[in-house]
Amino acid sequence: MQEAVTLAATPQPESRFGERLRVIARNVFPFLVVGAIWEIVARSGIFMRKLFPTLEDAARAFYDLSVSGILEHHTVETLLRLLAGFGLAAIVGLTIGVLMGRSRRAEDICLPLVSILAPIPGLAYTPLFLLWFGPGEISAVLLVAFVSMFPVIYNSWTGVKVVKEIWLRSAQALGADNRRIFRHVILPGALPYILTGLRLGLAQAWRILVAVEMLAAVPWGLGWLIFGAREFLNTDAMMAGVFVIAVIGLCLEKYVFQKIENYTVVRWGMVEAME
Amino acid sequence: MNEQQQRRRSLIRAALTLIVAAACYEGVAYSGLFPRVLLPTIQTIAATLYSMLADGIMFEHAGATLYRVLVGFALAVGLGLPLGILMARFKPVENFFLPLVSALMPIPSFSLVPMFMLWFGIGNLTTILVVFYAATFPMLFNTWSGVRSVNPLWLRAAGAMGADERKLFWKVIVPGAFPFIITGMRQAFLRSWIAVVGAEMIAASDWGLGWVIFDAKEFLQADIMMASIVVIGVIGFVFERVVFGSIERATVHRWGMVRMAKG
Repeated sequence: MQEAVTLAATPQPESRFGERLRVIARNVFPFLVVGAIWEIVARSGIFMRKLFPTLEDAARAFYDLSVSGILEHHTVETLLRLLAGFGLAAIVGLTIGVLMGRSRRAEDICLPLVSILAPIPGLAYTPLFLLWFGPGEISAVLLVAFVSMFPVIYNSWTGVKVVKEIWLRSAQALGADNRRIFRHVILPGALPYILTGLRLGLAQAWRILVAVEMLAAVPWGLGWLIFGAREFLNTDAMMAGVFVIAVIGLCLEKYVFQKIENYTVVRWGMVEAME
Repeated sequence: MNEQQQRRRSLIRAALTLIVAAACYEGVAYSGLFPRVLLPTIQTIAATLYSMLADGIMFEHAGATLYRVLVGFALAVGLGLPLGILMARFKPVENFFLPLVSALMPIPSFSLVPMFMLWFGIGNLTTILVVFYAATFPMLFNTWSGVRSVNPLWLRAAGAMGADERKLFWKVIVPGAFPFIITGMRQAFLRSWIAVVGAEMIAASDWGLGWVIFDAKEFLQADIMMASIVVIGVIGFVFERVVFGSIERATVHRWGMVRMAKG
């Protein structure tokens, strides 16, 4: 009896721990395989060591660059640029999008311009921006803002338009003025779409920023780091840069996009519950 | 009647906007506030576009770009589609590839351009590989979620009616996942279209629309730039609307999988 109780009680935490260990092992295993293949190819000397460094070399480059503070400087500059560009896009895009959703006139005026400009890949404008605003910071930030603005506009426009007519009318019937309707009905109703737009905009900004940094000759930035490393065949420094880019991308994905998505799903659930 | 009037007014307003915007642009361009080379008039842009189309240069550039995009895109579909299906059908495959995919997916394709340039030099191969990298993940991811979301009831029903593995795959899983696959293709093409322009600018070869735009900067030829941007926009639009739109109509809509978009 005693034995049976302990037997029943103990496996529970142990198996949970074992389960977690197994999940970790399962996730790490593919990386080990790929890493091992990489190491074998790098050490076999089929390719030049300078062009195809071992993981050890790449790790050392990463360590050296981060100890000297160079990598951090590049990273901070890139993040600031991302924030500046995306912030600008969010403000301008939201304003235009909400206006387009609210007034038929604004919609008629802006929609043709937006639908002509939006489908063109943003990077195609890069040289034009460089000619107009000169190489460097201003061009880079403006480009990122310009490119990531369109998803924000589209989604906030749609969001405001799909707010239910009956909510507006009932709010009006209850005596809400325009401002109140906007703050308490339209904005919460459009929020899921707006958040989706912001998420898409930020993702777009991130994808394009690296290329913009390569082309716009900015003094610091991860894109510039990897592009500059090419001149000196510093493939190891390049790999360190790509690694940081991957980590930032992953963090954006995990801590920003998924959070927003969970939040929107909750909002959507609420909206559905109200119907 | 009222709706029709409203629509006509919208159309007139839209046309007016475009005319006014063009007129403003022309006014600024003619005023000489900015140097003419940096801000060419619409007339100049149109003339440049016409002459580039007439002597066939534009077609060669567009051809080079299309070749790269289509080869890269085809490779991405060739890898992403089977792998996505395998990942969704077989757990061990999913266990092995899913961590890798989720680690590689957030890396912007452009950050690999310098490395590819060192490895494969400048030109077609590098550009195609960048396009391939950019397009593979949306394809893979959408296929995977599409196959996974096939209604299990359909599978069991087909199994109960005596369908073997093969029939199950072709008659149930593939059609069931098709809306997702089409979406994946659309996203993949959009990504590859962006990637090809960027890759051509960075890994400059001698041909390609992205290269033309970037090269024109050296000679302050803003008119050539804008003409190429127009061509890039038109090709992208044609692919999105005509090619993928018609594929969608021929398959998913005909099968009644999704409702037609309203309006």
